[in-house]
Amino acid sequence: MKVAIASGKGGTGKTTVSAALSSVWNRTVIAMDLDVEEPNLHLFLKPQIFGREKAYIEVPVADESKCTYCRACAELCQFKAISVLSNVLLIFTEMCHGCGGCLAICPEKALSPGQRELGEIVWGQAGSAGFLMGRSRVGEAMSPPLMREVKKKLQVMLEGSAADVIIDAPPGVSCPAVNAVMDADVIALVTEPTPFGLYDLQLAYEAFLPLGKPMGIVINRAGLGEDKVYDFCRSRDLPIWAEIPYDRQIAVAYSNSQIIAAVSAQHKALFTDLADKINQAGVIAGAVCHA
Amino acid sequence: MTKIAITSEGPLLDDALDPRFGRAAGFILVDSQTLDFKYLDNGASQAMAQGAGIQAAENISRAGAKVLLTGYVGPKAFMALQAVGIKVAQNLENITVRQAVERYNAGQVEWAQAPNREGHGR
Repeated sequence: MKVAIASGKGGTGKTTVSAALSSVWNRTVIAMDLDVEEPNLHLFLKPQIFGREKAYIEVPVADESKCTYCRACAELCQFKAISVLSNVLLIFTEMCHGCGGCLAICPEKALSPGQRELGEIVWGQAGSAGFLMGRSRVGEAMSPPLMREVKKKLQVMLEGSAADVIIDAPPGVSCPAVNAVMDADVIALVTEPTPFGLYDLQLAYEAFLPLGKPMGIVINRAGLGEDKVYDFCRSRDLPIWAEIPYDRQIAVAYSNSQIIAAVSAQHKALFTDLADKINQAGVIAGAVCHA
Repeated sequence: MTKIAITSEGPLLDDALDPRFGRAAGFILVDSQTLDFKYLDNGASQAMAQGAGIQAAENISRAGAKVLLTGYVGPKAFMALQAVGIKVAQNLENITVRQAVERYNAGQVEWAQAPNREGHGR
């Protein structure tokens, strides 16, 4: 089973929850950080790193001596990554989404495949949990291409091992967030009882609803703010799977990059209970759970 | 005569110069001597997620412009304009298209050597 820990709003506690969940998960699990623009799950899990590799996307390279400036590539490209101005061919590599269309359509075979570095993929082991993350190259504008490469690596890691996956998703509700949750069986939305938390939770709920996956709510910093998040959950029949109290002990543990399930037996119980709720939602949804 | 492209908020010479290049409302293409002009709508740029500046450079290049008078040009559009040899005068704002042409004809515009806006494609 795969569970995505997502949120609309940033800073609600996705990584805190992901780290704590992976530490109490009672089956083989891989913790995957897909917040590739600013991965931070490793700061809490402190994994032993087994390997790292660069990830690339295919981009066009031109042999302008073969180009007849027919504009076929420029008219095909939806992102203006390749442009023909009278008799000049321009390629804006950083804007290319790597679809390969220009290479396929060029009648003169003037374009050949080149590479743009997306970032790196890092994997290892954190206690009993497997660990995997992507980290974007500084200056790289797109994260979904790297996320796809990280997910390919996950498939390799899952071969011959019956592991569950906990996905630490990026915040927001646009392409990166959707790419992180689309393969999950269950989505846990982390929020906080503030107007900001509620507003972005509503956006995330609406964005992910069409995916048809079971969703539940984790309310972090419970006790802070107001009750409107609870009203929203009730009105949408969204189950509240856990409430993490607004608690100084948690803040202290977090600031020391400790997993908060390790703070006390009570804190641990909060996350074993959350894991149970997620598993139950997964079973109802028919996810493959490995015993 | 020189064919000049001016970013414009409307279809007439007395409309305001639009300081945006890629996402300008439109372009007025004007003959610097006769002041004969035509309007090129650029509304479609609003629907583009990225590359509006590059598209705009393609459009005015195809329309035969040799000079661009505008407010702000980003790095990719600037590169595209340079590649086809369109001279760029930027930092124009709060004037009409006609006033921009008059400044050009009076030799009162400065030619840009570099873009004056950060790119958006990042």
